[in-house]
Parts: sequence; structure tokens; C-alpha cells
Amino acid sequence: MNIEEQHRLSTRLKNACVGIAGVGGLGSNAAISLIRAGVGSLVLVDHDTVEESNLNRQYYFTDQIGIKKVVALKENILRINPLASLDIHCEKLKPGAMTSYFKDVDVIIEALDNAIVKIQFIEEVLEMLPEKIIIAASGVAGYGHSDRICTRRVGNLFVCYDENARSSDEDVLMAPKVCLMANWQANLALEVLLGEK
Amino acid sequence: MGITVNDKEYEFVKNETVSDLLQRLQFRFPLIIVRINGEFIPRKSYAETVVPKNATISVIHMISGG
Repeated sequence: MNIEEQHRLSTRLKNACVGIAGVGGLGSNAAISLIRAGVGSLVLVDHDTVEESNLNRQYYFTDQIGIKKVVALKENILRINPLASLDIHCEKLKPGAMTSYFKDVDVIIEALDNAIVKIQFIEEVLEMLPEKIIIAASGVAGYGHSDRICTRRVGNLFVCYDENARSSDEDVLMAPKVCLMANWQANLALEVLLGEK
Repeated sequence: MGITVNDKEYEFVKNETVSDLLQRLQFRFPLIIVRINGEFIPRKSYAETVVPKNATISVIHMISGG
């Protein structure tokens, strides 16, 4: 790729801000990939604490157990890019005010775990921030069947989707599929930020 | 002409609501997102929103895990 084009892409990404709701398996891995790709700013919202059971798929380390996830993720991101601008909020998203942290971001990634909360969040974004692009994921549990994953686009909502997956209450959550879908979301975010190629 | 749901053609039923349609097509997943002709339909409106003729409908179900 020529230098001018490379410069255009990196400048666009450096000036971009992606909001991530939930920094568990989807959110932590998507955040790391976006930072490695050169995205300059992230807004990260999650109320959870790192637990040992998270380490099989989430971007955290044993010495971070007990720390708030947004704080731990900020530490990890700054080890990759010390200049990244990170706006972290250790808070539970409350119905009726779920979109408040995401008003100024360029793209929103829905990376929540519970299906009811996922829908509440998506509905609020579609209603309150109708111009905003939101990238959700559905069907992250299980292993294998990578080729079932697809992107469904409905207006400003993109869903990284495995229609035939079982819920995480009935199936295992493991790094390969979770990271695959997290990176699928991150890749869609790049497509939105940079325009289709 | 009928209606299109997730790229498949179905028969149009006069005065059918979104709730009726979901029941007719046996969408068993309770947690879904519905758009009709590009317009997002909130869950609270399923019972009163009537599906228009020639509608293009998308139904996506959300599965726990993240």
C-alpha cells in the first residue's frame, strides 16, 4: 500500500473513538484489537471485577484478579499503546440511561453478556441515538462451526451472528469462538470507520 | 405479493400484528430485534403494529454470552 493511503488510514483511526459496552470476553478482546489497529480513543463501560473464571477467554491476567475490569483493561491497553485515550466507567448500565456514555463515539460495540440486557441496550441505542452505528454479537457460546458466523445488517445495527449457537447458560464459553466474534466486531468497526474496501 | 422475513417469502395476512406474525412463523426465541421496512419496532409495540403488505422484515434473536 502506498504511504499516503497508509497515512490516511492511520490518521482516521487515530482520531476515531469507539465505545464498548461490556469488557468481558467480547469487549476486552475487541478493545485490544482496535488499539493494535491504531484506534486512538475508547470509551469502556463495565461494572465487573476480573475473576479467575474469566481468564479462559478474556484479556486479563492472573495478577489482575480482583481488580475492576475497566481498570485492568486500561493497564493492558496502555502497555500496547501508552498514548491511547481511554475513558473508563466502572458502572452498571441502567435502563433508561444506557446510552449516556456513548453520545460522542463514532461507533458503538455491544459486548454485554445477558441477552435481556443486550436487547435493552440495542433498543435504547436505536431509539435514543438513531444516527449511531451499533455492532452487536449474538451466539458466542460453544466451539467449532466458525463458518456459521455471519454479519447481519439491519439499518444502523450490525450483528455478528451465529443463529444456531446455544446460549451461554447451556454451552461453554471458550476463547477461540469468543475471540473470533470479538475480532469480527472489531473488524466491522474498522469497516465502518474507514469505509468499505 | 406477500411479505419477506429474513429473505424468505411468506403469505400476507390482512391486519396481522408483529406478535401474530412471530407466532405464525413459530419464532420461539423471546429475545429478538424486529425491523420492518428498515424501521426498528420496539418490543412494546409488537401487539399493535400491523405488518403492511409487501413488507420486508428482519428478525434477529439475541443469545446470551459475551
